[in-house]
Amino acid sequence: MTPQLLIAAALCLPLLVAVGVALFGKVPTLREGVTIAGAVALFAVVIQLTLLVAGGARPELYIGETVPGLAIAFKLEPLGALFAVVASGLWIVNSFYSIGYMRGNRERNQTRFYICFALALCGAMGVAMAGNLFTLFIFYEVLTLSTYPLVAHRGDAAAQRGARIYLLTLLGTSIGFFLMAIIWTWVVAGQRLDFIEGGLLADAGLSPFVSSALLVLFVFGVGKAALMPFHFWLPSAMVAPTPVSALLHAVAVVKAGVFTIMKISVYVFGVDLLQATPARDVLLGVAGFTIIAASLIALTQDNLKSRLAYSTIAQLAYVTLGALLAVEAGALGGSLQIAAHAAAKITLFMCAGAIYVATGLTTVSSMQGLGRKMPLVFTAFFIASLSIIGLPPFGGMWPKYELLQGAADIGNGWIPAVLILSALLNIAYLLPVAILALMPLPGTPPAKEFKRPGGAPALTVAAPLFTAALCVVLFFAAGPIGDFLRPAFAAGSAPGLEEFR
Amino acid sequence: MILETVLVSAPDWAVRHAAVLIVVVPMLLAPLLALSPSNRLAWVLTIAGTAAAFWFSLILLAIIQEVPGSAISYALGNWPPPIGIEFRIDALNAMILVLITGMGMLASIFAWPTLAAEFRGERLNLFLCAFLLCFAGLAGVAATGDAFNLFVFLEVSSLATYVLVAMGAGKDRRALPAAFDYLIMGTLGASFYVIGVGLIYAATGTLNMADIAAQLPALSGNRSVQAGLAFIIVGLGLKAAMWPLHQWLPNAYAFAPGFVAMFLSATATKVALYALIRWLFTIFQPELAFEAALLKWVLAPLAMAAMLICSVQAIFQSDVRRMLAYSSVAQVGYILLGISVGTAAGVSAGLLHLFNHSLMKGALFMAVAGICLAYQARTIRDFAGLGRSAPFTMAAFGIAGLSLIGVPLTAGFISKMQLGYALLDQGWWWAVAVLVFASFLAVFYIGRILQAVFFEPPLNPRKNNKEAPLLLLIPLWILALANIFYGIDASFPAGLAADGAAAALALGAPQ
Repeated sequence: MTPQLLIAAALCLPLLVAVGVALFGKVPTLREGVTIAGAVALFAVVIQLTLLVAGGARPELYIGETVPGLAIAFKLEPLGALFAVVASGLWIVNSFYSIGYMRGNRERNQTRFYICFALALCGAMGVAMAGNLFTLFIFYEVLTLSTYPLVAHRGDAAAQRGARIYLLTLLGTSIGFFLMAIIWTWVVAGQRLDFIEGGLLADAGLSPFVSSALLVLFVFGVGKAALMPFHFWLPSAMVAPTPVSALLHAVAVVKAGVFTIMKISVYVFGVDLLQATPARDVLLGVAGFTIIAASLIALTQDNLKSRLAYSTIAQLAYVTLGALLAVEAGALGGSLQIAAHAAAKITLFMCAGAIYVATGLTTVSSMQGLGRKMPLVFTAFFIASLSIIGLPPFGGMWPKYELLQGAADIGNGWIPAVLILSALLNIAYLLPVAILALMPLPGTPPAKEFKRPGGAPALTVAAPLFTAALCVVLFFAAGPIGDFLRPAFAAGSAPGLEEFR
Repeated sequence: MILETVLVSAPDWAVRHAAVLIVVVPMLLAPLLALSPSNRLAWVLTIAGTAAAFWFSLILLAIIQEVPGSAISYALGNWPPPIGIEFRIDALNAMILVLITGMGMLASIFAWPTLAAEFRGERLNLFLCAFLLCFAGLAGVAATGDAFNLFVFLEVSSLATYVLVAMGAGKDRRALPAAFDYLIMGTLGASFYVIGVGLIYAATGTLNMADIAAQLPALSGNRSVQAGLAFIIVGLGLKAAMWPLHQWLPNAYAFAPGFVAMFLSATATKVALYALIRWLFTIFQPELAFEAALLKWVLAPLAMAAMLICSVQAIFQSDVRRMLAYSSVAQVGYILLGISVGTAAGVSAGLLHLFNHSLMKGALFMAVAGICLAYQARTIRDFAGLGRSAPFTMAAFGIAGLSLIGVPLTAGFISKMQLGYALLDQGWWWAVAVLVFASFLAVFYIGRILQAVFFEPPLNPRKNNKEAPLLLLIPLWILALANIFYGIDASFPAGLAADGAAAALALGAPQ
């Protein structure tokens, strides 16, 4: 297949899945078969595209212009390929997991669930492959709108309230700030919105005030990156069924947000302009604050899913931090964090879901001693926790290493302190969950009986084990991934960095 | 492509007289309808009349587009202007004519099922006669090149509109006070307009628009000319529902028969806005010092007030049609904001939004009319669960609603983007902030109803699921698909708007 066809296939396959799921809605086995087959096919297509990108090609697909300067166009580069691989690959795992979870939980409206899931993946693919800000914005909104029914899935008052906060925060920030920044960029860049190596705005001659205002609008406008104070939608979204929290609110949606920020910093601002923008230092501070504050809040949460949600907020800020460092090591660290955190956090969420299906428990305090009954689930949870903390030999180590490197490159003193403190906080809020479950304190009452006869469905246990294994694989794959990504940052980076490497 | 085919295939008489036939044909058909022995025949004739007008408008547009920047001048009764009445078509009003005749044609198609259900056994031919008169009046306002003649056509359409709104009394008596309010306000507006024209006539001695425009530069400090423009803006502002002169609109739209609300929302305010553009840019020039101040310090703040205040008011409405009506006032604010920028880009963005708003509000009101018909639903609570009961109608409603919010890949996004560009181009970033915030408010009021329609269970389980009638679904989906198509390939409406703005600002027009 030609590169154009491959990109078109990557965008259309999720849509076809949505249609197929709608057609076979009455036959659950067939319906879920369509999802799995579509996910596998999508992953195959994305891998093919990634191999092309690794070979130095930049596959493009040009659809057309709505009005001059606002084109719908796609162009895949290493960052986008990484995001696409992560999202589509984990979709396969998550689809198996969803089958176990949704059936085990006897959820209603499963057809709508699978349709919206496929549409959300279409949005994620579009974000990953967008060739300009306009296209990216379109699919960013597709992702928002298609996930709204998923958050509201349960349909009761709490779910509706959570979903409304979710939708309004994301739409509000995207229309209020992101769109405004896009229009502004369109004007100052001369009616262009393309992603350009070295930065679209690099030669626009912006004053520090304008570039600062734009950067602030972009960083807060991408509400999916969950930078404080626009983070509260993420805990609200936890009313969704756990597969949604796992794939969308640990991987596709939030990673689309930080990926967008990464892409804007590299391809719209460019390294030099970003370093010359005064607001960058303030925003670095906001990211650092988010890391610490969200970790502290996570410490206080007894509900496992909201603890994980706050942990996600903190971990996402790592990527924003890396993007804003505007040096190669920072961008590399942020990108690695996209992959490493995805594998670890999806594991944690899938474990939480497996526990819920088997026992109906949602709070950390009630899970003490549960590890004896569900050893595999809590082992996976333990491994993923270690990866989040950043210990070797797990994938989560490399991003932190690169971020420290990046902070050193710009001579920043406080970022290393934040990273170290954050790691300690991670230990404090994540490790006790697994440890107390596997090795309860003496005198803890024995864990509750399973609500569901037979415990967690096999699929909901196998999936997190698989992704926990991925955390280990990512530790050893960091080198090749770094080599794959480096061309994206090479163009326009400050001189001297190459020799430093 | 299509336009060329229309022009080539049109007979000679149609090409030569299209400028006047577009008004004359529906106007002469109207009395025939009053005599029609059968309701159904009257309906067929109404469609024929509006379709003929649409055809003439396409011919006019094709002629205009053959030579960029050209204009058609048609001397009525062969009296040469400025003595006689001139019909003058350029790129600006050709666009408006295509829009209103097209929307009129779609409205007349779905008139039958709604009217037949709302007025069982009554004489619909009289109703359709009033509709056709209103239609002819609006077309006349858009086509004429004579300031006083514009007033006459404005009154023709307004008088017919009062009747049409009052006809809603069969279902809800509140239509009568609504129509009376509209009558009073509309008459005030018309009087203000005619006073303004009188003042300008006293200073220039002519009623022909082109002639007035030629004489004005010599009279730039003339107080009576300035007062005249002020009167005209207030008069047309009343007709266009410019905030705070919009008080008649919510009730008129809410209590008129569904089909009337759809037709008025898509055309009536648009024509008044067209006349406003004509006066502000073709007849007067923004270069005049007082007009530049007027645009920036009067029109722009009023436009932004409309966008914010009426969007908030729309959020708190429980009646769906009143909500859409308040949203209409807010959208008129968007259009006025584009106009008040005063540049070609601004007017073009305003015109594009005028065009797109017609498409989306037309579709929304049409869907609501269909739902009223099938379920007697009026409030948002009544609309709960309709997404399952009437999926086709509500899907079209949803598309148009997203377009109203300005979601990418819908027509509404394109025009808001253009508007934002025009504003930033002049450094009005605070206006962009208002634009963006008002769009966010639209998320609330449209989101509220979409939430009820698609995610909430109905209050009382419905026994039988009905769609809107087929004759309504077809024009509804034409509009809904147009909202998407013109959001993906906006070259046609954007081109029309750019040409129209150029014609309004007389850029590149032959002197």
